[in-house]
Amino acid sequence: MNIVIIDYGAGNTKSVQFACNRLGYNPILSNIPDVISSADKVIFPGVGQAGNAMEMLKNSQLDLTIPQLKQPVLGICLGMQLLCNSTEEGATKGLGIFDVDVKRFSNQKKVPQMGWNTIFNLESNLFEGIKNDAYMYLVHSYFAELGKHTISQTKYGVNYSSALKKDNFYGVQFHPEKSSTVGAEVLRNFLNLGNLES
Amino acid sequence: MLTKRIIPCLDIKNGRTVKGINFVNLVDAGDPVVLAKQYAEKGADELVFLDISATLEGRKTTLEMVLKVAEQVNIPFTVGGGISSIEDVDLLLKSGADKVSINSSAIKRPELINELSDKFGSQCVVVAIDAKQIDGQWRVHLAGGSIPTSLDLFEWAKEVELRGAGEILFTSMDHDGTKDGFANEALAKLSTDLNIPIIASGGAGTMQHFVDTFKIGKSDAALAASVFHFGEIEIKDLKAELRKNNIEVRI
Repeated sequence: MNIVIIDYGAGNTKSVQFACNRLGYNPILSNIPDVISSADKVIFPGVGQAGNAMEMLKNSQLDLTIPQLKQPVLGICLGMQLLCNSTEEGATKGLGIFDVDVKRFSNQKKVPQMGWNTIFNLESNLFEGIKNDAYMYLVHSYFAELGKHTISQTKYGVNYSSALKKDNFYGVQFHPEKSSTVGAEVLRNFLNLGNLES
Repeated sequence: MLTKRIIPCLDIKNGRTVKGINFVNLVDAGDPVVLAKQYAEKGADELVFLDISATLEGRKTTLEMVLKVAEQVNIPFTVGGGISSIEDVDLLLKSGADKVSINSSAIKRPELINELSDKFGSQCVVVAIDAKQIDGQWRVHLAGGSIPTSLDLFEWAKEVELRGAGEILFTSMDHDGTKDGFANEALAKLSTDLNIPIIASGGAGTMQHFVDTFKIGKSDAALAASVFHFGEIEIKDLKAELRKNNIEVRI
């Protein structure tokens, strides 16, 4: 299977790559639209500041490529947020796949949320075999609101979308590559997606 | 609910794990990659690698070890020691570190915190602060705790937050190595004053010390080395004890 991790300069690509390796897959890193378009699975990681990350996507014209993708795509953390309509971080317009907005956590809680929290109301084959209230590792100051594309929730002051799905696009706010064996299962489920459908 | 985190700290010197008692008299406690993997399997929530010789001797943390850890370990880890530039951080993050911890370099040039936070995001910038009480005042110390500065712990911590740190790792030098409990009074003040997570470090000896630092010290995470390295406290038992005390942990 041809797995591509989008490497646009704002991702923890190494960790994601190693997590795939541990599952027996050998993904490649690329920022070339043609290479990404022809992959069987695309992983879209992201850490850092949303505005900068979007600029870097645009520099490689990936803002045009990503919305056109037809194969399963998994956005992780900032990658997921950039697939939403917009984010308050730097008032950045997103790629508009997921019809939700990304807001900043209120200062009633410590920001960023950093650490392990539970995911619940799991609603997708991405979570095959994952128990409700499984712990995942999260680090973020901004969150996607609940909406029609929500497939898992997490509570930090408010209930928000810790995973989203629309058609072939998946997004997870948590880091499956850093969430121990449970996170690895989510990643495995994603990498098995096409295989299950066919 | 967000859980409290248990963080074994692996102090590194010449590629090996060591634990200083009050930062001197180092004792060898194993291979960092093997230890890291074990800790991940035993339920550690995160790991911290501190190259304790780095600041004193100007050594850079070895990227090779970071890469090996990233390959084999499926929980987040922070690397600190001898980090003083954007380039240092870029290399560490590209090698698979999730966060970096800066200490002396931030005191010498506080703008570094802003630069790192702007470039990589505050989520990966941990500022470590070593402090001890001198005449009733918590004074920040430089270079592995060997040089006192004029900075006040609470003022410096506030500045660090404003400059964009995502987390503070506070080590009380008065408590480090004593196994007499964490500096809970100072920790609680930090946690109340600031709006970013605080990691407690220095003084872990018993499971009750962890209960106390989460309840009394209001810490978000607790870091320890020798009690874990020498098997005095098993993480599994510790988490069971914390849960018994109604402290949310990942089991």
